[in-house]
Amino acid sequence: MATAVMTSLDTKSPAASRGMSDIRIRNLFIIPTILFLIVFNIFPLIYSLGYSFTDFRASSHAPANFVGLQNYRALLNDPFIWLNFAITAKYVIVSVTGQVIVGFGTAMLLNRDIPLKGLLTTLLLLPMMLSMAVVGLFWKLLYDPSFGIINYTFGLGSFEWLSNPDMALYAVAITDIWMWSPFVMLLSLAGLSAVPKHLYEAAAIDRAGPFYTFFRITLPLVAPILMIAIIFRTMEAFKTFDLAYILTSQPTTEVISIRLYKMAFQEWQTGRSCALAYIVLIMVLAITNIYVKYLNKVKER
Amino acid sequence: MAAVQTRSERALNRVAIAAVLVITLIFLAPIYWITSTAFKPRNLATTIPPTVLFEPEISPFVKLFTKRSQLREAPTPEEYAAAPWWERMVFDGGEKIVRSGRGEVQLSGYPNRFMNSLIVAITSTVLAVGMGTFTAYGFSRFKVKGEADLLFFILSTRMLPPVVVAIPMFLMYRAVGLNDTHWGLIILYTAFNLSFSVWLMKGFIDEIPKEYEEAALVDGYTRMQAFFKIVIPEAATGIAATAVFCFITAWNEYAFALIMTNRRAQTAPPFIPSQVGSGLPDWTVIAAGTFLFLLPVAIFTFLLRNHLLRGMSFGAIRK
Repeated sequence: MATAVMTSLDTKSPAASRGMSDIRIRNLFIIPTILFLIVFNIFPLIYSLGYSFTDFRASSHAPANFVGLQNYRALLNDPFIWLNFAITAKYVIVSVTGQVIVGFGTAMLLNRDIPLKGLLTTLLLLPMMLSMAVVGLFWKLLYDPSFGIINYTFGLGSFEWLSNPDMALYAVAITDIWMWSPFVMLLSLAGLSAVPKHLYEAAAIDRAGPFYTFFRITLPLVAPILMIAIIFRTMEAFKTFDLAYILTSQPTTEVISIRLYKMAFQEWQTGRSCALAYIVLIMVLAITNIYVKYLNKVKER
Repeated sequence: MAAVQTRSERALNRVAIAAVLVITLIFLAPIYWITSTAFKPRNLATTIPPTVLFEPEISPFVKLFTKRSQLREAPTPEEYAAAPWWERMVFDGGEKIVRSGRGEVQLSGYPNRFMNSLIVAITSTVLAVGMGTFTAYGFSRFKVKGEADLLFFILSTRMLPPVVVAIPMFLMYRAVGLNDTHWGLIILYTAFNLSFSVWLMKGFIDEIPKEYEEAALVDGYTRMQAFFKIVIPEAATGIAATAVFCFITAWNEYAFALIMTNRRAQTAPPFIPSQVGSGLPDWTVIAAGTFLFLLPVAIFTFLLRNHLLRGMSFGAIRK
């Protein structure tokens, strides 16, 4: 549908003879948005690219000195930064895998005649609409070792979730899975309901087993939409900041966004944090590129 | 289909229904818990075993909105009798409401942060949806050179990690005095939502047959008139859905608000967690603040239920 409508820009068209020409209207409608995004998104990035080659500290009045690629070199040789990336990778894998299993599983269950299906689906979608910061806050109450309902419900005694270095990242991931499985479920449901019914009927006539039906019919047809969900959640989990920052302050949960925030706004290493921001940015843009390709692929169907 | 169900299929269906119900309950439990905590007396909020049945009260909300101090000595019977009912609740909890010299009740930080959230979210939503609708129409109806690249550029601005953008924006805002102002946040949220608004609105406008406008043009409308009198009313549902999505995003946003504001323009998301502080927090008050903050989003989610898929996929998947 992307190329669906193209009104001619012929200056002799009836509209062009009255009021503003189509070309002027088009420019008037599009250019302010592009300019706004350039001024408030691209210009700042150019600004920070400049700072990434300096030793600037926003907390001092000392002028910025040009240091060339030193910031980048220092960052890429810093084992602690790599540790932050490793933590982020672990978090992405645990939380996205969990979301796909819970979300897709729930979608499979919901994809049949179930009374009150619409209401149940809407209720299930509620978590993903809430503020991550506030969700993080109230999960602190749930995770509390002495009076939290999680330990009480599962009979875990006074198990430490958030102040336990080995457990904290999983606790953050569990909260993220609670919030975002519904997103995977929503997209999976769309994919599942689009699978033509006659394929299942044909498989039933051929006496195909449930595994065969799932792997040869369901999964291949749902895969493109599921991929969108996976790539989008991967990108969001990679950028994650709010949940981990609010839930814990363990070094084992210091994902790359938190490191970046601390470097920029607590240690005030402005120049170096700009360089780290660029490294993160390039990674995010790479994932965005893949994501948009998939979006367009699904759109064309 | 239903008629040919075998016995085993029906049994399977029943298991699935039971499983869905259990999953829904598990997903709603945290939300139920924070809601119920918001209506608990303080001494029941952190009991072991957890208190499930209790007489709900609204003292957490009274406490949420007022500044209080610990009572050194119990209020005199006259003082207690003269106090309005909501003030007595605070007395009962061992605290008193702080009053100014002229006897006015002092408000806590919460109502002010809530208002800031409203101002910032509503203004940025109007701007993002307004500009987004124009731009979406431009992309939908006219030939634009490099359209795919421009649309990718627009979407990619949405994907930027907030902390990455916040570093240079913080320096720029500091230079022009936009730190800790409503406009500072409004601009950031508008930029963040604009790309989303363009993508979603383009989908909605693509669905309006262009013949409608062409007929109007033939009838003597100018292109502008056709846009305002034909396209905008036709796109009303889409505009409303887009606006609700933008509002929720701005309402929920945390990282920019944390970095760019600290007092005057601070919104609720960075404020509510900061109440936990050190020592023993009063979880009923925090829960009350959380409940009021989440309530609008929960209502909007119900209103949006038929558009969630579309919004969450940037308009790529329609139903």
